[in-house]
Amino acid sequence: MNLLENKKVIIIGDRDGVPGQAIEECVKTVSSATVVYSATECFV
Amino acid sequence: MDLENQNRVKALTEEHGAENIVVVFGAAEAESAGLAAETVTAGDPTFAGSLAGVELGLTVYHVVEPEFKAAVDADVYEEQVGMMEMVLEVEEISEEMTNVRNEFCKYL
Repeated sequence: MNLLENKKVIIIGDRDGVPGQAIEECVKTVSSATVVYSATECFV
Repeated sequence: MDLENQNRVKALTEEHGAENIVVVFGAAEAESAGLAAETVTAGDPTFAGSLAGVELGLTVYHVVEPEFKAAVDADVYEEQVGMMEMVLEVEEISEEMTNVRNEFCKYL
């Protein structure tokens, strides 16, 4: 089973790693998954 | 994990139910990914935020882990994450995340 199937997804991206927006685009390809929060942290 | 994000994770977990939530991280290093994952499973290890002492036990993955990669569209993944996948220490990050999942996740 797809680990994102029918899940509410919280995204904590990282400006120096993978930003939230990029992760969000990936999650959106799973139709039954819903992004409920997406942020990009910055550790500077 | 910054304090505002801890507040949001806590509120969203109360709203949707911990068993329905997956948290995906994009941290640049295994250590910071592990600390963030620990925060939403076992509680904030720095005891600074609203998740201090709160064991949410949420399901956690890092975006470069093979399990996450396999779950999403391959072309979109390549376009959005492909370059960082080459730069980041995928094995080290996966190991750290697996340890946190095995120890603290309640809904696998």
